[in-house]
Formats: sequence, structure tokens, C-alpha cells
Amino acid sequence: MSDVIIETAELSKVYPGTIALNKVNFKVRRGKVNVLIGENGAGKSTMMKILAGAETSSSGEIFVEGRKVEVSDVRAAERLGIGIIFQELNLFPNLTVSENIFAGNEITRRGSLQTRKEIDAARALLKRLGISIDPTMKLGDLYVGQQQLVEIAKALSKDVKVLIMDEPTSALSKSEVEILFKIIRDLKEQGITIIYISHRLEEIMTIGDNITILRNGFLVAEDEVANIDIPWIIRNMVGSDKKRFAYSDHALGEEVLTVKDVSLKRSNGTLALDHVSFSIRAGEIVGIYGLMGGGRTELMECILGAHPMATGDILLDNRSIMHMDIADRIRLGVSLVPENRQKEGLISLMSIVENATISSLWRFAVPLPLFNNLAPLRHKVEAEHVGDIVGRLGIKVGSIRDAITSLSGGNMQKVVIGKALLTMPKVLLMDEPTRGIDVGAKEDVYKAMDMLASSGIAIIYTTSELDEATAVSNRLMVLASGHLRAVMDRANYDREAIVRASTPLAMVG
Amino acid sequence: MASVKSTKTVLTILQLRIFIALFLVMLYFSLTTANFLSQNNLLIMAKHLTVIAVLSLGMSLVILTGGIDLSVGSIVGISGMVAGYLILYGLPVGESIIFFNPVEVAVIACIVGALIGALNGYLITYLGVPPFIATLGTMYIVRGAAMLSNNGATFANLVGRPELDNTGFNLIGNGEFLWLSTPVWLLIILTIITIFIVRKTPLGRHIYAVGGNEQAARFSGIRVNRVKLFVYSFSGFCAAVVGLIITSQLESAHPNAGNTFEMNAIAAVVLGGTSLSGGRGTVFGSVIGACVICALNDGMVMSGISEFWQMVIKGAVIVLAVVVDQLQQRLQARVLASA
Repeated sequence: MSDVIIETAELSKVYPGTIALNKVNFKVRRGKVNVLIGENGAGKSTMMKILAGAETSSSGEIFVEGRKVEVSDVRAAERLGIGIIFQELNLFPNLTVSENIFAGNEITRRGSLQTRKEIDAARALLKRLGISIDPTMKLGDLYVGQQQLVEIAKALSKDVKVLIMDEPTSALSKSEVEILFKIIRDLKEQGITIIYISHRLEEIMTIGDNITILRNGFLVAEDEVANIDIPWIIRNMVGSDKKRFAYSDHALGEEVLTVKDVSLKRSNGTLALDHVSFSIRAGEIVGIYGLMGGGRTELMECILGAHPMATGDILLDNRSIMHMDIADRIRLGVSLVPENRQKEGLISLMSIVENATISSLWRFAVPLPLFNNLAPLRHKVEAEHVGDIVGRLGIKVGSIRDAITSLSGGNMQKVVIGKALLTMPKVLLMDEPTRGIDVGAKEDVYKAMDMLASSGIAIIYTTSELDEATAVSNRLMVLASGHLRAVMDRANYDREAIVRASTPLAMVG
Repeated sequence: MASVKSTKTVLTILQLRIFIALFLVMLYFSLTTANFLSQNNLLIMAKHLTVIAVLSLGMSLVILTGGIDLSVGSIVGISGMVAGYLILYGLPVGESIIFFNPVEVAVIACIVGALIGALNGYLITYLGVPPFIATLGTMYIVRGAAMLSNNGATFANLVGRPELDNTGFNLIGNGEFLWLSTPVWLLIILTIITIFIVRKTPLGRHIYAVGGNEQAARFSGIRVNRVKLFVYSFSGFCAAVVGLIITSQLESAHPNAGNTFEMNAIAAVVLGGTSLSGGRGTVFGSVIGACVICALNDGMVMSGISEFWQMVIKGAVIVLAVVVDQLQQRLQARVLASA
């Protein structure tokens, strides 16, 4: 038996506008913990989805046990013995643990469910894994960490030879991580191969045997964990190739926005934001770097006013806006370009012009002393302003009356930015403004940011790509686990220090 | 490409389907049923039309936000009872009793309708009750209240008394002005107002935005709760207008008036091409949809089709309308993709 159980040859995945995987030759070693690591967007998840049959590759080949295979869907992957635990839980909180484990794979006899058998089998399975959870409990009553363990048990209820774990520890407590590691070691002893994705570098050093690093869709390095150290990982993840993005030096103005001790609780009681404080001046561009789930989006939404439960204080022009709702804050000059364009930014049934002005209609209605929202709209004025923004941002449109869905991703994003600009913001919040758009559109977005900052708008943007975090910002803040971990001025940017600060701390008891 | 061109032709036909449907229904009954297009019958149909069409105006706005209002039929009932009570017995204030003139009575009934609508909106927004359940609840509560108001009996003979200066209530339903009856004028005015709101004001945009993507609407600074509060209040107001028209036409208020009217209103809106998931559709489409339902109802009655078959046909037409709508959506997506 060869020591390579899965091998990909020149595997590529092309999405419109981006190449997620570029001719990757990935080797998975039998009976080992194979760690896959890279920045967000490096191609890890795409790779795993292809191996698990949730996505199909654009070109290239996959070999399992030396045999060329087609992993056309999840069932095909299961037949090959490949199981996956996704980052987001794919479980049913309204069903019991054993019902979850056997969902889609129920034990039946002549068409009727064998509940008793399922419970017994689930109990045996959980016992074998050393997990003390009662299989008759409702899943929703368990902690998130326990639910994660159930997800693992579910994957193992099928006959798997290779188990893919996509950030399995992101929701686990310290003791649960230990249980997970014990399970992983047991599985290794049983000859099961693990593919392990994580952002926690210390963890990788503890549990990993082999490491493979992806960057921008390329496989850039692979080695045995025994031969390497954390700085080596960071160096390879980050790389040294810098993209050119627009940045111009310009004078900064007065302080416009001050965030004081802002905290936000999640529904499960943990803190999404933990006493975050900073301020920003007119014309300044502040980048927020951090992994997903680090609190970036929550911070943006708190400043916009989407979380009335947030505590602390936020001042705009030295005046507290904490008690105001989103509509009031937008009028005063705070505007957000949300992270998820489709879900939070656009109204896909509407036209380009309607989307662009939906935040700023008060500017285009005939002014009335009362019932402003019932004043007639001046469609011509509206169209002029939208035309102007379309020109300034270089949005490629046929007619502004066309459906918003007729645009490409990059142009849609520019419309969302235009929508925020039409509210005449003093502070522009941009949550991952370049997510899912091609390189050309990225450059346009950063060019626009530079232009806006030069005109005196304060910009706060988030990104999970280091190049983009450092290229256009005056100042960089690193947010991890809801804490502001590091603040650096442009002169002192240190890429390795940034990445280290963004890594979630090894679990502190 | 020829195929794209023919696809586009089909698409245009599908987009105009509600007008084509109206034309075909009118054509069919005018050919098969004597007197269908007679002046007398058109007047009767106009009467029926106002009831469904005015309800469909309010219902359009509600459905455009992605909601539903099942309580409009009950509001029709209770607003009539309010009007009937005020005309017969007036409003006791301390020792004395105030009698209102018909215009004031109408205003009060409309306010009551709008307030019930506002209650719906409050339940749905601030208390988080799903629209279907909230308005199902108020449908029963309001109907019950209408029954309780006079122990299930009607307020009859609402002609008013000259010495109280409250005669003339019957003019709301039976009056005539410039060749058209008052209800038709009411329909025309309300339709214009509603279309103005939807097409020309920020509020109208907000209604579409809330129905299209509530989260994006919220992040855009739209006060989603206020928008919803408005549409349900407006729907209640429209229902009250219908209650007044019916009560005035009959010169008596029946607590069971308007029963199941909500279904006709919803059907009219759906026939008119408005998506039940919100964000897509036109108010004018709903009015034409109401015309189709009305012509279909009256035509089937006149041509002697059995009541049972009437139900089957009406149901089939509604389902067909949605099937065609789905077809149009898919075709449109394909045209967009090939462009």
C-alpha cells in the first residue's frame, strides 16, 4: 500500500472572475493528520468541497488509492469513504442526537423506523468515541461544542476512511478540544486518515503530522510538521508578493468618530465584541484585519446601529449617537457597505437606480414639513445624482433603469458603494468590500476608497486578506475574538505580527 | 437569434396576461350571455367590483411587503356596525348623546378600520407574530366583536332622522356624480392615491424594498416596522371604506358582512401578478385582477353555471395564474442569462 491515500493532479476550480484553485497537486498521507492552512480565500474550503463532492472541479484529476475517480456528488464521496464535517453545523436542533446521527441514513426494517436500534447504535458509537452524551437528548439542548462532537459522530457512523474537518475547533471549549484531539488520535490508530483545516497555529503544531499551505489558489508549501515552526507557516501563508493598490498621502482632518468601550453579547452569552475603543479622523482610512468570526462584522453593525443591545458609547462629531436607530445615524453621516452583498446590500427585484437611492430618498423627495415619506419623488433629480455616481465609480451599466441583477459582481458592489455615498456619509463603513469580486474590480474599489478619503470621508474597512489590509490603509487594527489585539500606523506595518495577532489565542482555561 | 426573439414575444404576452385574461373573460361572456354588456349589468358589476377592488388596494401593499391580511373581511363587517350604531344611537358622552352627520360617521368608521389595521401591524412588528397568525386572530376577534355589538342582529333602516341632521348616509353607496356612482368614484380616487404612494413617494419604494429584502432595507436605514404599520393600517382603512359602501347600499349594517371577502382580495392581487413573497407586483395589476374576478363571478352566475362549478373554475383560474407567473419568471431569467 502506498502511503498516499488521496492525490489530486493539476486540480483547478474557476469561478467567474476568480480562480479559486490553480493546478494544485495535493497529497493526503494515509493514517496521518494532514493539515491544510491558508488565509481566507486561499482555496482551502473549495478544495475540501471538491474532495467531498459538494463542488465539482473545473479541470484536473483526483486519485483515491491510486485509482482515478469521479467525485460527482456527496454520495459518490461517501462510497469512496470520504466524510466531511463542515464548518457550519448541518444538524437539526429539533431532533434528538440519535435522529441526527442517522438522518438520511435511518435504520429501518420493512420501511418502519427502528428507533430503539438507532439509539443503541448511537450510544455505542458515542461510547467508542469517548463522548458522554445521551443519544435521546434533543440536539438543540446541547452546547455548541457538544453539537460539533455529534456532527463528528455522524460522519463516523458511515464507513469512512478519510475524514475532513473544516475548522472543527472554532466553537469548542478547551475541554472539548481535548476530547476532539483524543478522538483524532484514536481514529488515527484505527487507520483513519484526517484532513484538518484550522486557523489556530498552536493547535496545528500539536495535532498535525503533515502540513500543506495554500495561497491565492496555489499550493505554496508542504512539509512534515516535525520539520517546521510557526514563523515558517506564517511566512508561507502571507508570501511576499505585494499587489499594487492605490494609496495617496493626504492631510487628515478632525476626529469624526469615536468608539468607546463598545461590547456586544451574542445570544449564547459570549462576547462578540469585548470593550472595543478607537477613533478615526476625517480622511483617514482604517483597515480592520481579522479572521471571520473575530467580531469585524459586529463592530461595523454596532457603529451603524443594527444592534440596540450593544453597550458603550459611539460619538459622531462629539455627539453620542448610541441611542439612535439606523435611519437617524445614516442621516447624520454613517453608512455601511455590508459584507454580504446579496443578502444585506441589494434588493434584487429592483433596478439599479432604485437600489442606489433606497438609502437616500429623503434627498430626492420634494421637501415637506411633515410626512416626508409621502412627498413626491423628483425622479429627474434622482436620475442625475445616480448618473453622477455611476460616472465617478466607473460602474458599467447600460441604463440605470436596468435590473440590478443584470450587473456583474464587481459592478453590483460598486452600486452598493454608490448607495452609501448618496447618503453623503462622513464615516463610511465597508465590511469586506472586495469579497467575491475580480482583481480589476478590487483595484477600482480601492481607488474609489482613496478618492473618497481624499475628499474628507473617514473610511473603516475590513478584510481578511493581508495585502489588502496593508495596501490602502493609514492605520491597521487587528480584531480577534472580539478584542482589539493590535493597532499599527502605516509606518510600522509588520506582516508577521499582524497575522500572529489575528490568530485566536490557544484556549485559555 | 430567432428563438430569443420568439421567447421575448412570449414573455411580452405573459407580462400582459392579466389584460388578455380580462379581455377573454369579457369576450366569452358577452358572446354567450345576453345582456352581459348591457348598461344595467355593467352598473351591477361596477358595484361588485368596487368592493373587491378597494380591498385589493390595501391588500396589494400588504402583500408587497411580504405579508398577508386575513382580517379585512371582518373589518368590513365591524366598520359597517360602527357606522350603523352611530347613525341609530349616536355616541353617548356623559349625559348627552352626540349624533354625527354621515361624513363624520364615515370618517370615524375609517379611523376604526385603520386602528384595527394598526393593531395588526403592531402585533406583527413589535410583538413578532407572523402576519398570517396575527391577522387570522384579529379576523376572529373583530368578527366576534361585530356580532357582539348587536347580539348578531343587524342595524336596519339607516336613513337617519332630519331632526338630528344625519340623513343621507345612503348616498355613500348609492349616490351619483358625473355619470358614475359614488363607490366608483371612491375606487378611482383611492386607486390614484395608492398608485401615487407606490410609484411616486419614498414610502412606496420602502414598501417594495421591505418585501424584496428586509435585511438590506434595514441596513439601508428604512424603518421597516413603520412601513409595515402603515400598510396594515392602510389595508384596514380600505376595508372600512368597503364596509361603509356596503352598509350604505343596503341601508343596514349586518355583522356578517364581508365574510370571506379577504379571499377575493388576495385572489385579485395574485391574479394581478403580485408575488406572495413580496417585492414584486403593481397596484394597477391588482385592480385589473379584481375586474377579472368580478367579471368571472357575475358572468358565471348570469350564464347559469352551477355554484359548485363556479368554485372549481375560480380556484383553477387562480392556480393557473400563479403557474403562468412562475413560467414567466423562469423565462425572464433565461432571457436575462442569454443577454
